[in-house]
Amino acid sequence: MRWSKLLTMAAIILAIAALCITAAVPLPMFKDITWLPWSNQTILGLDLQGGVHVVLEAKDTPSAKVDDESMKRAQAVLERRINETGVAEPVIQRQGERRIIVELAGIKDPEKAVIDLIQPAYLEFKNELGQTIITGADLKDALEARDPNSGQIEVDLTFTKEGTGKFAQATTANVGKPIGIYLDNKLLQNPVVEEPITHGQARITGYESLEEAHTIAILLRSGALPVQLNVMEKRTVGPQLGQDSLDRSINAGIVGLVAILVFMIVYYRIPGLIADLALIFYALLVLAIFIGIHATMTLPGIAGFLLSLGMAVDSNVVIFERIKEELRTGKSIRSAIDAGFRRGFVAVFDSNATTLIAAIVLYYFGASMIRGFAVTLSIGILVSLFTAITLTRWLLHLTAATNVVKDPRYYGA
Amino acid sequence: MFNFIEHRKIWYIISLLLILPGLFSMVTQGFNLGIDFTGGNLVEVRLEQGVKIEQVRDVVEGLGFAASNNIQKSGTTDYIIRTRELTEDESATLISTLERKVGEVNLLRNDRVGPVIGRELTVNAILSLLIAAVLMLVYITFRFEFKQGVVTIVALLHDLLVVLGVFSIFQIEVDSAFVAAILTIIGYSINDKIVIFDRVRENSRMRKKGESVEDLVNISLWQTLVRSLNTGMSVLFVLLTLYFFGGTTLKTFILALLIGVVIGAYSSMLNASPLWVDLKLREKKAAAK
Repeated sequence: MRWSKLLTMAAIILAIAALCITAAVPLPMFKDITWLPWSNQTILGLDLQGGVHVVLEAKDTPSAKVDDESMKRAQAVLERRINETGVAEPVIQRQGERRIIVELAGIKDPEKAVIDLIQPAYLEFKNELGQTIITGADLKDALEARDPNSGQIEVDLTFTKEGTGKFAQATTANVGKPIGIYLDNKLLQNPVVEEPITHGQARITGYESLEEAHTIAILLRSGALPVQLNVMEKRTVGPQLGQDSLDRSINAGIVGLVAILVFMIVYYRIPGLIADLALIFYALLVLAIFIGIHATMTLPGIAGFLLSLGMAVDSNVVIFERIKEELRTGKSIRSAIDAGFRRGFVAVFDSNATTLIAAIVLYYFGASMIRGFAVTLSIGILVSLFTAITLTRWLLHLTAATNVVKDPRYYGA
Repeated sequence: MFNFIEHRKIWYIISLLLILPGLFSMVTQGFNLGIDFTGGNLVEVRLEQGVKIEQVRDVVEGLGFAASNNIQKSGTTDYIIRTRELTEDESATLISTLERKVGEVNLLRNDRVGPVIGRELTVNAILSLLIAAVLMLVYITFRFEFKQGVVTIVALLHDLLVVLGVFSIFQIEVDSAFVAAILTIIGYSINDKIVIFDRVRENSRMRKKGESVEDLVNISLWQTLVRSLNTGMSVLFVLLTLYFFGGTTLKTFILALLIGVVIGAYSSMLNASPLWVDLKLREKKAAAK
């Protein structure tokens, strides 16, 4: 027995255990360290915390043709509208010529968010003859408010310098006549001008609630959409389903992982135990890489991760079967380990490479949901190649060198 | 020792018997296509205890949103409602009407898919299958040999047809997750084939004089048998736990993978390798002539 090797082994086991605990268990003594347990740092996709994924496509209308310029402006408007709602880490992505993908995670009412998002919000003030006096473009600010005296809910508008001039002119010319306020061609209000308004401020009244006024104010502030956006695809996940899916995936993941760990020990004994250590480290490493590259963990992503776990087990199985064969030919434990890894590696490499090809093709042609799956699968395969070949091998040699277990039978022979 | 290769005709017949009913079903009744392909809405709601499915149906039909009679109860209080494609306002109307008529509604999920998306999905799926097949053929030709690449692709096609067949026969709904599952099966089942061919490659380097191709492949199959079974088992563990403990959203995906993994293990041992033997023997005959 060699104590130095045994100590190294013990240190490694302790280190992996410590990694596990800091990853998953909230310890009271570290409660001031905000990033612990560190698995909480994972960014959850909208299917795990609720939210909405929507693909919008711009459509040509007689008044507005779709071109690159208008798409860029539409994207900017969407960005402003979303930022106003305070959603954390939204995704607003241009796809192809006329599509924009929006993903909002962790919002309370995803359905309403979509409805608000695609409102054209085109504000116009029109005179009696239906001529447009000023538009939303002349607007500097819009704020919802409750009149302290009457309790009436309103949206207060402030015009730009140019808008103020136009509005002053129009109100002067229309004293005693109505000026209609239209939002998306819908008449909101038709007040009669009592006196010229020259200070550049106006208000719209007639709302049911402060929230309604708030929504309108946001739409007006963020400007009008230059093109008509239609929903091509929408996936709404309510917060309840998100939480359910997350809980269930974690359960399924733990049960699956434990089943594999037990199977490996029962069937392969010492190498199985080593492989288990390597697998746990592998799982933590993949999670850490995920957090490191700020990837979003989705439901298909978890499936991809679990499948890559299966691949990692496969690498071990291929190699351990090889080691067993080598032991049966009468080789010493150490040379059997070496020969087993050398011969097994070719098969492991080729089989992982072909799966990687499939994953990469999936990434390029898949929808965004499938992409999450392809990314975790690819990362998983690369990491598993690394841990199976380096860590498992090194640990096996270390175990053999401690001389605690000398009987080849414990290595599966 | 049982000779896998000697009995290869039996394996081919079993494979044909597995494929033909599926093919027949695909031609006669096709697939139960989900909204990902046809377009439409899938709304999943959690309602109060004791709500009758008829009440939900009345609301949906009353609004004129119903697709072909498609309201399902899943679990005790969850309902899956399939409708024609709903605009955002119509979706909101559906929820508010449900709230008015049957009580509190917890919206779990609302998927809306336009008809264009379905076409794109099909085109992309076929395209990625073809590209993946070509790339794998190239890789295998480069690392192994062309003929092994060809039989691998044939065996993969076999796996694909069996899975598609099962989904068609039992009319299990096919969605975009199913497409991902098909591609995963291909990536996964190719593993088995490669590990076996790797052994064949290694054994043929040390081939004894007079050893036939049949024996060479048979020995390789036996040498990789334990690995094939063990790996298959551990993958099945993971998939079964996902199937029984994972949420409903991934059920189809996992089911397809389960069938694919089992059939992939079968075709690796009993289709791909024996077919390669046949190709090799034919090559020999041609050379002898």
